[in-house]
Amino acid sequence: MPKPDSLQGSLDLLVLKILSRRPRLHGYAIMSAIKDWSGDVLRAEEGSLYPALHRMEVAGWIRAEWITKDTGRRARIYQLTAAGKKQLATEESRWEAVTAAVNRVLRAV
Amino acid sequence: MSFWSRIVNIVRGDRLNREIDEEIQPHIEEAIEHGRDPAEAHRSFGPLLSRREESRDIRLIAWLDSLRADAVLGYRQLTKRKVTSAAAILSLALAIGACTSAFRLIDALLLRPLPVANPGQLYALLREGSNLVDDKPFKGDMWPYPSFRLMRAAVKGQAELLAISYAARMDLSYKSDAEIEKATVQYVSGWMFDSFGLRPSAGRLLTENDDLKPGARPYAVLSHDYWKRRFAQDRRAIGRTFRMGDTLFEIVGIGPAPFTGTETGTVTDIFIPTMMHPGVTRDDWTWMRTLARVYPGVAMEPLRARLDASSHAFEEERAKGFKDETRESIERFLAQKVVLEPAAAGASGLQQNYRVSLIAIGILVALVLLIACANVANLLTAQAASRAREMALRVSIGAGRWRLVQLVLVESAWLALLAATLGAAFAWWSAPFVVSRINPPDNPVRLTLPADWRVLAFGLALTLGVTLLFGLAPALRASATRPASALKGGSDPHARGRLMHALIAVQVAFCFLVLFVAGLFAATFDRLSHRPMGFSTERLLTLDTVADRAEAPVFWDQVADHLRTVPGVETVALSGWPLLSGGSWNGFVSVNGAPLGSVLAYFLSISPGWIDAMKIRFVDGRDFRANDTSPGVAIVNETFVKQFFPDGRPIGQSIAKGDGVYQVVGVVRDVPYKDIHEPILPAVYVPFHSVDAKGASRPIRGSAFLVRTSSANPLALASTLRREVPRARPEFRVSNVRTQADLVLAQTVRERLLAMLALFFAGVALLLAGIGLYGVLDYSVLQRRREIGIRMAIGAQAGHIARRVTADVFRMVLTGAVAGVALGIASARYIETLLYQVKATELGLLALPALGILLTASLAAVPAVIRAVRIDPATILRSE
Repeated sequence: MPKPDSLQGSLDLLVLKILSRRPRLHGYAIMSAIKDWSGDVLRAEEGSLYPALHRMEVAGWIRAEWITKDTGRRARIYQLTAAGKKQLATEESRWEAVTAAVNRVLRAV
Repeated sequence: MSFWSRIVNIVRGDRLNREIDEEIQPHIEEAIEHGRDPAEAHRSFGPLLSRREESRDIRLIAWLDSLRADAVLGYRQLTKRKVTSAAAILSLALAIGACTSAFRLIDALLLRPLPVANPGQLYALLREGSNLVDDKPFKGDMWPYPSFRLMRAAVKGQAELLAISYAARMDLSYKSDAEIEKATVQYVSGWMFDSFGLRPSAGRLLTENDDLKPGARPYAVLSHDYWKRRFAQDRRAIGRTFRMGDTLFEIVGIGPAPFTGTETGTVTDIFIPTMMHPGVTRDDWTWMRTLARVYPGVAMEPLRARLDASSHAFEEERAKGFKDETRESIERFLAQKVVLEPAAAGASGLQQNYRVSLIAIGILVALVLLIACANVANLLTAQAASRAREMALRVSIGAGRWRLVQLVLVESAWLALLAATLGAAFAWWSAPFVVSRINPPDNPVRLTLPADWRVLAFGLALTLGVTLLFGLAPALRASATRPASALKGGSDPHARGRLMHALIAVQVAFCFLVLFVAGLFAATFDRLSHRPMGFSTERLLTLDTVADRAEAPVFWDQVADHLRTVPGVETVALSGWPLLSGGSWNGFVSVNGAPLGSVLAYFLSISPGWIDAMKIRFVDGRDFRANDTSPGVAIVNETFVKQFFPDGRPIGQSIAKGDGVYQVVGVVRDVPYKDIHEPILPAVYVPFHSVDAKGASRPIRGSAFLVRTSSANPLALASTLRREVPRARPEFRVSNVRTQADLVLAQTVRERLLAMLALFFAGVALLLAGIGLYGVLDYSVLQRRREIGIRMAIGAQAGHIARRVTADVFRMVLTGAVAGVALGIASARYIETLLYQVKATELGLLALPALGILLTASLAAVPAVIRAVRIDPATILRSE
């Protein structure tokens, strides 16, 4: 079973990336997307996902709105803002730099 | 999400909670639909409550939210105990309002800089010396113009000197002489406006060119305030002329709006160049103040020394011409020293008169505020005791220390804020009220009292200070709650009692001080207004009258004769000026050809019948006759006899002043001459008809008719007499009508105001101290009801219980009273100048406040004692 630790520091990046490809998702859908697209390797805990969403909302990277789904259920859906797109680019390049560095360390042995 | 919406979220906290729940709920449902175990799905969110808190804290500002919660809770606490809260708020409001009001007055009179460029560079030139009459040190701000000229030249390049006359109410007319009106006129140096960096609202201002040659340029500048009042801001006012005395002045411009002259407390209407003043070339006429604008970087002491040298040289030169002065008086006169005092807030007699008074009242109201604060602190402490369990509970479920401090402080802030709002309303009303009380007749005090950022900042600082003062101790105490001991049912109850008792002692000490000072002021007013006058003011009217040009005394007699025919007039007499109107004429005299005495005698010219009209008693001799002249004969008062005729037989002896020789024909009882605060001065009354060396009559420009009317209210005749004077002789007119009674009242304006304010605050202080005592006693009975119950159960007497309950507090009252006596005696010397024949060590003045406090304390103790002795041991012991 994947540990929550596996997402350390990359939850924001994943959420932003998912929202950039598929805007207007609600919390559960984002959680499912992380699980599905990572081939069941990564998993976001509800306990960290929602505070993260609210934090990014306060930071202005994502915007939330309430919609009524076909099922009649109300849902709070999220989409990227312009600031969010910029943040995504920063996070992505940072991630690449980090993984490249980690790889270099691994290969140096 | 913006900062703003985070703030908004605070006030709609419930909705936020709902939103968070609403978002999480579908998530759980969806997860279950997708086959997750329901219990596991719920668990994955952890404790829902803490998740909600976490999300919530992100979406709002946590500290602000807790502040809001505390504010709501604090407000509920206040409304829960309506009566005590209202009492606390009202007493604080009164005290805060009074303090703000006192600040407004002190600020407006003493602190607020003039609306001119660089007011900080302004200084007033004073002369320091010792008084000839009573040897007391004095400071004079009066200067003769020629000396000013020399000083100005002496410090050229280092400072600019400005000559500014005393603002005076003058008669002037814009059309015919029949329509005389009054305006406040000030003679100023032409370069004053330039030096102050002022720009005209219309027309032009005076310049140095207007102020070069005596009498050359009769131009006038109106103040903006006067322009608005008199001309409704009509630009056509410029170019108009008015007549003042013999001169026709032309209005050339209007000053800028905020500038109303440099005499704080008086609004100047008309500015005229100093060169138009009749005394501008006279070296023996001191009629103006001197202000100095000191240029930046100039050292003060060398500048002062230069001014001093210049002034000294001038007076030394002048003293060579003194004939009627003793050597001692000349030496003392020349020993005067020039000093510079900061005058950023202007320079005025009102400042000199009321500086100490206002500061004294300010301190009194500050003490009242402290008493009110002590009350509220005691109230909060008592409440904290009843909330000890609540606090303990809060601590045990994880409230931090700071959170508890905040909780109690927020409640205090509520009290202070509500009180400050009420207090602001009180200050709004009371400051102008006090100013309106310092109006001597015909000389309205006009003090601008803006409610601007200075007042606001003071109010806010005061509110904050007050909050901390009465809130901090209870708050810290609450935060120190140890849950274990509190929940067990009582930590150390005596710690609380000690704080409250200490506050009682402080309160009583301050209360005593306020009562004592109020007593000093009241006694001063009482003694001053009951001082024997030696004359009767009953039905007496004084008419200050001027003629277009100086007129022979016989014409003045004609007018007096005409006034005697007016129905309702009983007696008419003439004098140079009315007694106690401020007029003064003095000089050194020699008796029976001996050398000049060292004591100044005061002179007044009077017509026959004046002494009778004033109902002054003759001790010896006779009144003047119609053919008596000055010099020639004189009437003296008893003090003069004591001073100059130790043998006690003055009739027939001669006194000389200058070249004039007077034979004493009468002696009258002492009456105050110009100021009832002073000891009686040696007075010489001389005949109204004065003649020069050749025996020709000397014409008189202005004098005062004294009229005793037959109706009880002399003012009823005022307008008739105003009309009748010019009817007798058209060149005469009345410039001012006052009753002699008003002149006497005007002497005690300051004392009455001080006594009134101080007594009011003494009453407030006593009431507050009483309430405070009552609260503390009541609380201590509540605290000790178990102990009292047990004592009663084992047979203690009611008297014994009463003593036990009140002993501690009364010990504190006594401690406070003793401290108060010490404080009172120590502080009395700071207000010595405000007192009249009142000594701080008078037993009555010390005993009365002490008695008042003891009485109040006893009254305040009654309900608590009744409560204590009514305790039913059975009920108390059963309930525990």
